[in-house]
Amino acid sequence: MRVAALARIELTEAEIDRLAGELDVIASAVARVSEVATPDVPATSHPVPMSNVMRDDVPVTPLPVADVLAAAPDARDGQFGVPQILEEDA
Amino acid sequence: MSTLVGTTAAELARLLAAREVSSVEVTRAHLDRIAEVDGEIHAHLRTAAAEALAAAERVDAARSRGEGLPLLAGVPISVKDNVVTRGLETTAGSRILEGWIPPYDATVVTRLRAAGMPILGKTNLDEFAMGSSTEHSAFGPTRNPWDTGRIPGGSGGGSAAAVASLQAPLAIGSDTGGSIRQPGAVTGTVGVKPTYGGVSRYGLIALASSLDQIGPVARTVEDAALLHEVLAGHDPLDSTSLDAPVPSFSAAVRDADVAGMRIGVVRELGGEGYQEGVRASFETALGLLADAGAEIVEVSCPSFDYALAAYYLILPAEASSNLARFDGMRFGLRIEPSDGPVTAERVMAATRGAGFGDEVKRRIILGTHALSAGYFDAYYGSAQKVRTLIQRDFAAAFERADVLVSPTAPTTAFRFGEKLDDPLAMYLNDIATIPANLAGTPGMSLPSGVSEDGLPVGFQVLAPAHEDERMYRVSGVLERLLEERWGGRLLDVHGVNGGAR
Repeated sequence: MRVAALARIELTEAEIDRLAGELDVIASAVARVSEVATPDVPATSHPVPMSNVMRDDVPVTPLPVADVLAAAPDARDGQFGVPQILEEDA
Repeated sequence: MSTLVGTTAAELARLLAAREVSSVEVTRAHLDRIAEVDGEIHAHLRTAAAEALAAAERVDAARSRGEGLPLLAGVPISVKDNVVTRGLETTAGSRILEGWIPPYDATVVTRLRAAGMPILGKTNLDEFAMGSSTEHSAFGPTRNPWDTGRIPGGSGGGSAAAVASLQAPLAIGSDTGGSIRQPGAVTGTVGVKPTYGGVSRYGLIALASSLDQIGPVARTVEDAALLHEVLAGHDPLDSTSLDAPVPSFSAAVRDADVAGMRIGVVRELGGEGYQEGVRASFETALGLLADAGAEIVEVSCPSFDYALAAYYLILPAEASSNLARFDGMRFGLRIEPSDGPVTAERVMAATRGAGFGDEVKRRIILGTHALSAGYFDAYYGSAQKVRTLIQRDFAAAFERADVLVSPTAPTTAFRFGEKLDDPLAMYLNDIATIPANLAGTPGMSLPSGVSEDGLPVGFQVLAPAHEDERMYRVSGVLERLLEERWGGRLLDVHGVNGGAR
């Protein structure tokens, strides 16, 4: 399933079968929004009107690095340890 | 069972201030209650007994030194497990965060600590707050204290069941489409979704950022108001936080009067599809408000018929983006693929495949689909237009009425498993609560009685944005009139006692 790959979720064959059926039903049910979404209606992305919110740039003490790394699956030399990220297609 | 358990937060505050009880006694009584009944109810995912008692001791010491303390100082509280707590495991009901110890506090948690409120523990929820029953929690469902074969609502079923079964006088919830109000309705408790931006969301594990709102869970309207006052107010750490003074919600409850108020019944949020006992309970409550001098008017919000569809596009779209952070790189679960190269992208897919439950996968994939090229305008773009129409319907309705009312949920608590295999049927539970999230307006649920099946029914009050006080006024009056009629509080009258009815 292409969308599952885009969402970076590995699915089993059984999950793909079940989800595909369910998602078809849900997608056709929610598609009815287009019945009333005529071109003259503006879109609303945010419930309370707000323009850019600005504040003074005040330096604060960040979280201690050790506290943050303590929750990481892998950490080395004060940094996150991550799997290979380059040449993934190689 | 100690008599301190089941006492309202307002009364506990009075007893504490008068030094008739200590916070350690109150906190210990609730921890004992949790130990007694939560094996059956499963409202809490974990407790923090030592930390809660230490916080209680600090409050007691400060009081004995004669220090001025906030009103709710010493009153314990439970916190939904999608709100981060420094040093206390926070999972959002997901395997992907199992064992995660947050290095910081959510702003609401900072406020609870500053108010001297001991945190008893973290409450259960549908995974990442996606659900209406807690059946989607990775750690097993919470049971409804009224009938342990039934759901406690969701996603905040843990918080609602905790207060309903007297494990905590108060709790924190979060409401994206009804996750505070619908659990309140099906457990006979009070739940409030404040105006969008009225309570900081810094430290709330985001589901859908344009819809999410933290709010109070309580057994009485006044207790909800008192907690709301602790939580509300501007927070520079949340750019959507409203910078406006916080009125006294509890004064609105105490001085409540509905004479001359116009109360609008929303035609689209009732009738067909609503259980008969739910409709009857709603009509009875409406009659009491009319007798108290309110003018009842009918209003129509035709676009509400499209709210559920718009919601199930906007929410998955935003969730698919928000939950991208759970990638196994910086915190939480990391799973390496069982074969092939161990690269970052393959680790992410394996981690998310193993760490997310069915409903989370369903919604992320739906959201990714709705946002993809070729579908964006028809799905997400149209849903945002529906949002405009819903706001217009609210604006027109609030021209004719001061508040709007409806049943909170179309049915009483259903049985476990009843809707688990039918996502659309599950989504219909939130049909009456979703419009307020799409419009950013405040809403609350309070019990209006029991249905023919002996289960509680919720009455929803909706107010215009920034007018949360108004719904407290109406709810305060209605609660008083109903309790006069019942001869006490609903939970007490029906002897709801942690599953042991």
